[in-house]
Amino acid sequence: MITLADIIVDAAAGQWPRVPVSADLWDLAGQQLAAGTWTLVAHWGEPTTVHAALREPATGTTGILSLDATNGHFPSLGRYAPAARRLERTIRDLVGLEPEGAPDLRSWLDHGRWDVRHPLGVQVPAVAPEPYRFLPVDGEGLHQIPVGPVHAGIIEPGHFRFTASGETVVRLEERLGYVHKGIEGLLLGAPLDRAAKLAGRASGDSTVAYAIAFAQAVEAACGVSVPLRAAYLRAIMLELERIANHVGDIGAVCNDAAFSLMHAHCAIMRERVLRAADLAFGHRLMMDRVVPGGIAKDIDQKGKSHISKLLAQIGKQFPALITIYEDTASLQDRTVRTGMVRHDLVAQFGAGGYVGRASGRSFDARKNFPCQPYETLDFEVPTLERGDVDARVRIRIREVEQSLSLLRQLLAQLPEGDIWVPIIPRLAEGSTLVEGFRGDIFAWVRMNEDGTIARCHLRDPSCFQWPLLEVAIDGNIVADFPLCNKSFNCSYAGHDL
Amino acid sequence: MRKLLFKSVLALPLTERAPPVDDRALAELAEKVQATARRRLGRSLSIRQVDAGSCNGCELEIHALSNAFYDLERFGFHFVASPRHADVLLVTGPVTANMREALERTYAATPDPKWVVAVGACALDGGLFSGSYGVVGGVSAVVPVDLHIRGCPPSPRDLLAGLLALMKRKIPRRILKAQAGR
Repeated sequence: MITLADIIVDAAAGQWPRVPVSADLWDLAGQQLAAGTWTLVAHWGEPTTVHAALREPATGTTGILSLDATNGHFPSLGRYAPAARRLERTIRDLVGLEPEGAPDLRSWLDHGRWDVRHPLGVQVPAVAPEPYRFLPVDGEGLHQIPVGPVHAGIIEPGHFRFTASGETVVRLEERLGYVHKGIEGLLLGAPLDRAAKLAGRASGDSTVAYAIAFAQAVEAACGVSVPLRAAYLRAIMLELERIANHVGDIGAVCNDAAFSLMHAHCAIMRERVLRAADLAFGHRLMMDRVVPGGIAKDIDQKGKSHISKLLAQIGKQFPALITIYEDTASLQDRTVRTGMVRHDLVAQFGAGGYVGRASGRSFDARKNFPCQPYETLDFEVPTLERGDVDARVRIRIREVEQSLSLLRQLLAQLPEGDIWVPIIPRLAEGSTLVEGFRGDIFAWVRMNEDGTIARCHLRDPSCFQWPLLEVAIDGNIVADFPLCNKSFNCSYAGHDL
Repeated sequence: MRKLLFKSVLALPLTERAPPVDDRALAELAEKVQATARRRLGRSLSIRQVDAGSCNGCELEIHALSNAFYDLERFGFHFVASPRHADVLLVTGPVTANMREALERTYAATPDPKWVVAVGACALDGGLFSGSYGVVGGVSAVVPVDLHIRGCPPSPRDLLAGLLALMKRKIPRRILKAQAGR
């Protein structure tokens, strides 16, 4: 059997060497994806090349395969791997390369509203948009419920097409792309500081994680290692972001099960995290605090004590809230065995974060790709098997506890020293995988010698979670959709970019 | 749960005093919104939030307005699920090409009199995202805007200060003077 290391000679865990491959090897990669021996980490295109970042779960090796597509075509990986299908549709929309044999050739991000087609490839003028063809559903007594793009709550836009038999959902089909801003297009040729800001706004709830991912990719390309203090402060921000999002979402899931008491208390806790972040780092969401080379602003003794106080407060209040969650039968009634996702599906899609871990896929970039400071810290990656809404909530509860412990360790061990080193640009590429609250974010950057960005690709964890939401709701009632959806909390902005 | 409920009976409220009304917002309103029209709103405003392409940062802070610290509803604001029930559209993000029609239709579905509040740096003029093939521009490129609340994202206090300006029946004379003097 061929291994990833056979194709990519210097492949290693956490390293992302990129090698050009033949069409045969590309096809072989598709077969490995189908067999489940490799996992798709990212899939993106340039005007005449397609790339696939892969990981071999058995050995942990990683690398990127690149296929020349000067003729405008490439063999579809989506034939073998469902995880690749929407990414191929994205490649087709953005760079105009045709995935040969792809099972689904409908446009995905291109809704026919742009002035150009293939904005990142060979641009051609737009043509009049065709109506989007949703997948056909046949059967007696079925009805459809179209929802969105503008939703009832304060959430991001996207379209959900439900087909229901009575109250039971027979099929959900998502249509996304409404918040596509063309971030990768804006990154072309962008100077480093502007590029870092753009990357930090791929998905606002994960701004720290995205900023770290972009910065690490740039640092990998330029061969820079950041000072230890900066690495620690980045981790402090990343864990604060994780706690804020997890706590807020745990409350929101309970709210969708008509239990607003939890929601109110969790919202207070989330606000306290954001206020501490503001006091310590000068911004509630900690936007633009992580920059290539380190961080933008150091923390003082006062900032440290604000975070310590916060940890003590949450450490006291959080267990009481969790007891309420665990002791309330009406809540459990809604969350247990609702929105189930099977283990083989999360493995097949390489779904990260709590979506994967609640269905038995134990993967966490902080553990699987240890880098400073996580390799010296003591923490666990909680995993459950059942894959329902309850399991996803419980994973997030355990992750809050782990993050609290991580923050205590980070504060106690925070070293003195510089917080930033200059980036000396060179013509090179770098990639990284960073564990945001939602799952692993992949970033790939090609730098120019003048310090501008030649090309950058960012892959949100939601890309491999959105398709599973369609499966999770299958056979559940329509009224449970908000619950399922919130327990996933996929990003629209990060997916659409 | 009993313990928690009991504790909250004894605890002081978390809710904080309202921030001072944003002068800059008042000045913008003086220019755009007629006092008579504003009077018709009374002391209650229904808000429909529309994400027209934001990064979700503004939504997080708009959400925070409902937590116990800010408690938006005490001022007579509440969020509604349909534009048909709304007086105010709270629009975030640079308007993406893919969201343009949805925003136009939401605006059309909102009964008169209506106000549009554009929230965040991107909603002002497209911000960092202006110039992209996927972005039309700020909110005012698609629907008329009555008030801008700046920030990336604006904090809940900034949002509150801006929204309270909408509620103010009278615009202070000093601001009207400054307007006239321009």
